[in-house]
Amino acid sequence: MKAAVLVFPGINRERDMARTLRLVSGREPSMVWHADKELPGGTDLVVIPGGFSYGDYLRCGAIAARSPIMDAVRAHATKGGLVLGVCNGFQILCEAGLLPGVLMRNENLRFICRDVYLRVERSDTPFTRGYNAGQVVRVPVAHGEGNYIADGETIAKLEGEGHVLFRYSSPDGMIDPNWNHNGAINAIAGIVNEQGNVLGMMPHPENHVEAAIGPTDGRGLFAGLVEALDRAA
Amino acid sequence: MNRNEHRITPELVAEHGLKPDEYDRILRLIGREPSLTELGIFSAMWNEHCSYKSSKVHLRTLPTKSPWVIQGPGENAGVIDIGDGLACVFKMESHNHPSYIEPYQGAATGVGGILRDVFTMGARPIACLNALSFGAPAHPKTRHLVSGVVAGIGGYGNSFGVPTVGGSVRFHQRYDGNCLVNAMAVGIARKDQIFYAAASGVGMPIVYLGSKTGRDGIHGASMASAEFGDDSEGKRPTVQVGDPFSEKLLLEACLEIMQKDCVIAIQDMGAAGLTCSAVEMGAKGDLGVTLDLDKVPCREESMSAYEMMLSESQERMLMVLKPEKEKEAEEIFRKWGLDFAVVGETTPTKRFVVRHGGDVMADLPIKELGDQAPEYKRPFVNAAKPEEIRAESVHAPVGTLEALEKLLEAPDLCSKRWVWEQYDHVILGNTVQRPGGDAAVVRVEGGPKGLALATDVTPRYCEADPVEGGKQAVAECWRNITAVGAKPLAITDNLNFGNPERPEIMGQFVGCVRGIAEACKALDFPVVSGNVSLYNETNGCAILPTPSIGGVGLIDDFKKSATLAFKRTGETILLVGETTGWLGQSLYLREVCGREEGAPPPVDLAEERENGDFVRAVILDGIATAAHDISDGGLLVAIAEMAMASSIGAELSAAPSDIPSHAHWFGEDQARYVITVPAERAEAVLARARAVSVPVWTIGKTGGDALTLAGERPILVTILRKRFESWLPTYMAGEL
Repeated sequence: MKAAVLVFPGINRERDMARTLRLVSGREPSMVWHADKELPGGTDLVVIPGGFSYGDYLRCGAIAARSPIMDAVRAHATKGGLVLGVCNGFQILCEAGLLPGVLMRNENLRFICRDVYLRVERSDTPFTRGYNAGQVVRVPVAHGEGNYIADGETIAKLEGEGHVLFRYSSPDGMIDPNWNHNGAINAIAGIVNEQGNVLGMMPHPENHVEAAIGPTDGRGLFAGLVEALDRAA
Repeated sequence: MNRNEHRITPELVAEHGLKPDEYDRILRLIGREPSLTELGIFSAMWNEHCSYKSSKVHLRTLPTKSPWVIQGPGENAGVIDIGDGLACVFKMESHNHPSYIEPYQGAATGVGGILRDVFTMGARPIACLNALSFGAPAHPKTRHLVSGVVAGIGGYGNSFGVPTVGGSVRFHQRYDGNCLVNAMAVGIARKDQIFYAAASGVGMPIVYLGSKTGRDGIHGASMASAEFGDDSEGKRPTVQVGDPFSEKLLLEACLEIMQKDCVIAIQDMGAAGLTCSAVEMGAKGDLGVTLDLDKVPCREESMSAYEMMLSESQERMLMVLKPEKEKEAEEIFRKWGLDFAVVGETTPTKRFVVRHGGDVMADLPIKELGDQAPEYKRPFVNAAKPEEIRAESVHAPVGTLEALEKLLEAPDLCSKRWVWEQYDHVILGNTVQRPGGDAAVVRVEGGPKGLALATDVTPRYCEADPVEGGKQAVAECWRNITAVGAKPLAITDNLNFGNPERPEIMGQFVGCVRGIAEACKALDFPVVSGNVSLYNETNGCAILPTPSIGGVGLIDDFKKSATLAFKRTGETILLVGETTGWLGQSLYLREVCGREEGAPPPVDLAEERENGDFVRAVILDGIATAAHDISDGGLLVAIAEMAMASSIGAELSAAPSDIPSHAHWFGEDQARYVITVPAERAEAVLARARAVSVPVWTIGKTGGDALTLAGERPILVTILRKRFESWLPTYMAGEL
């Protein structure tokens, strides 16, 4: 795995992400400044971490989506390269047009930080191969605008073609409004694009990877990516 | 000199918060009438908030030294040695007045200010905490203030990217007209790379960094040095506006130029902005400072010297740079998109000179402005000590379980989940113990060390007996850090009181400081930083005396830290410390009996130390499986909290015959803990306690899904949790 972590001004989970990539893959990721125009040679995974790029002023992710480095990310994705956007990264991917839909204010209009349960919908993707379909994982969320929505046609397509990879659920995997903290449509927590190589998700798997600190359910996502990429290499 | 664009009238002097004798002092000092800009500078430097003129003489009595203290009070933040070449940098500061006027921005900029204090010293912030006091829930403003303050703290900290890991929230009618927002920040620096405010060297460039200067927050510090009347709303323009995005950039840029060894001295622009930062750098370094305001980056047009000197625009820094590094430093700041301007230089004159538009707008002696500001020994009276309330004299109006349920849903005791879920408490990936426990535990990057962090104070104790209350605030903080297995190292104190010109308020202040000093000495828990907030009163009604204590402890291996949750069924529950059934000033007396009376529980500091050292030892030896300190609500509340954190219940033995049952369960005797140990090790622990003369009793065992008290019906843990969790969200939804 040769990961590149993008750093926009105001991004603040880049260290968490870099540490997790290092822990799971054993390799140091490159940190790529937003004003750069190219990804480091050989990059096989682009990660857009969480935070408040440009202060989330204007609209979450809107300014970052227009940064110079995003052209390189688009080119990488078009060639089938893997892209993972977490939290603000998901918002940036939506604003950049690499994923459909938009993230609105949480239903209760408050920022929410807590552990949530995610039901993994498919295990046959490079992002979820470390899990079983139907498995429930516990990871934290920390966002004020994670309420996913898109027009009816887009949702039908996402659902029909199996592009929803994670849904908020109860600890035993039931989809239930009481366990959907931000009010996302169909409890959608993470989706992939049509080609299946770009994932955006609101929760932070990178914060649940060390047993000494807490649960380790986030590890599967990164371990799966390492396996997928090392097999391809 | 373009002097006296305004005539300095007694009214103008009074509007600047300066007393006639203070103005006379200015006249004697400079031998002429000051210019308006100079008057503004004096008002900024000599107000209570910046000068500590009423409190200084008492603050000097606090213990501030120990082998692990690297920097005590007087700098931007305190610094302690945590080994491995690392230092922990921390401070707590109030933003009370602005938060009452504009809760979101007031609280947000409070967090911003304290974060800046920490990274100014070269530390990367790793955690925030806070201590919040609001008016009675029934007061029409309370909900609005809670909502705004919590959103503001979250809004700033979450965006800046530091976890908010702990704190405390309380409600009392005495805060109806003045809420308290005390924010604490903790950072880690390399011990050999700490940066200070004192300038050195003549002719060194003084550089302005960060955001541009606007007209916000003018007179903020003076506003925070006066009591409120009915017109507090009209003071909104004195509140600053926060921009956590700029602050995050400022953090990264500052740490980068510090690493490149560009910095001689650095001071953040907080209260009284450019004035206070420039004067402090010069005064501390025994140097003069000349500022050229034409070079100051402004975001508004035609700002006057007066406005620029008093603006409290946020996210700004002042630095003295090594001249040869100026270009390198500028490049770094430009990369982060921040302003960088050389706005002055150090001089050998010990004068503070401000030029603007070709004129000298101020020319003042810098030492007198800074560390030689007026100092008062204000008269004080000690309030009469309230009488002790004997447990036998307190009739129990309801049964034990009913009282427990009532306490768990009392605003001061109930779960604060609604608050801390709005704070990102997991960012940076080092939060070992999240909010809701005795102390938060945060891994020091790389491990295995961890820091234990807590904020504490019991204002109703301080009101009833300032000395005991001051001791108790320190002791409880020490206990909370101990209860997770850490060694308490040092504190920051944030002293919130009413108008010090009233002798009874000054008496509270003096008493609390005395209590804090006694406890810090006895517990080897020095004060390394702090802040004083006076004049927290409205129309003559003062807040409860609230000396918030923020403590830092160290645990060598964070994996050994204890949590309060019961771990397994069938374990023995032990009570550490003497129980007399002290009901005076207890929450039981207030919430269940409707009485706020009596003397608070006395604090025996030797006992605190012995009991705490014992508890810490059994935690670190891996024998205690859970630990919790006993404070508000007493023994039964502590046990209920341990059960609710785990869903495991407990069977408890009856109260001893010599104490009334409700006093046994709800009394607030100090120096106590509840711990659990595996049943087969209980005897050995009891023997070990006897050997060091620490009183320990077996009071029950864990198991089942209910709390079962001898002679009472069992009560399900799920029912307790429902009580505990529902009050705050229901209240905030407007349904109470």
